[in-house]
Amino acid sequence: MPADTLSMVFSALADPTRRDMVARLAIADATVNELAGPYAMTVQAVSKHLRVLQEAGLVSRTRQAQRRPVHLEAEVFDLMTSWIERYRRLAEERYQRLDQLLAAMPDDVEPTPGKETAT
Amino acid sequence: MTSTARHPTEITADPKVPLIKITREFDASPAKVFKAHTDPDLIVQWLGPRRYAMRIDRYDCRTGGSYRYLHVGDGSEYGFHGSFHEVRPSEVIVQTFTYEGVPDGVALERAVFDDLGDGRTRLTVTSLVDSFEARDAILASGMESGVIEGYERLDDLLAR
Repeated sequence: MPADTLSMVFSALADPTRRDMVARLAIADATVNELAGPYAMTVQAVSKHLRVLQEAGLVSRTRQAQRRPVHLEAEVFDLMTSWIERYRRLAEERYQRLDQLLAAMPDDVEPTPGKETAT
Repeated sequence: MTSTARHPTEITADPKVPLIKITREFDASPAKVFKAHTDPDLIVQWLGPRRYAMRIDRYDCRTGGSYRYLHVGDGSEYGFHGSFHEVRPSEVIVQTFTYEGVPDGVALERAVFDDLGDGRTRLTVTSLVDSFEARDAILASGMESGVIEGYERLDDLLAR
């Protein structure tokens, strides 16, 4: 996933209304009118939020008879999950080094703050 | 399979606030885990990414103290600094964190050392930044190095 797509995904999700929309679409597809229901904003404003989500590849619109329900693209979320997993692995590397260090340290250490190093 | 495999590192990216939370258990007392976080001679042995050498300018881990260190490698230096706001031995370290490449950016970090008894400790580290964009940039920074270090780890295993 290229970085610019990632930043589009994350800036799309930086807005609380859009995060709420995504959470609701994770349960089921919905039309713009259905999505607009709980919000104190116009359908036009909701459509604008949807356009941001759509440009980021997070949702798509399909045509079903008279309806055009909004569909959440779950695989984009899978990519985000793998992104966080890589960050997790980096932290895990660091803590495995700490494990080794702790195993080599004597048990009777004083938990005093470290000495000041020369500047 | 090493003993460390029993202690997975857990990461949570909060959807409501720009916060990253890392949780990890250690087979060591809070005093030892705390010391490994405060003694500069010990910190250089584990904190930095493996492909960089870590050089500490100063590390005065006391309430009101400050720190600055560099990651050195690939012909480049990356500086980091911050202040220690609250340090209580074997309990908590609250500090700020700034990457000098983005000098106006600052994260508020809290490391909590929970005594689980039987010489075990649960470490919870939270990092709060001022925007989701900054949070995501931090997460993205793990992408490349995470992959590289994963292979290095594999190399080590294969060499045994």
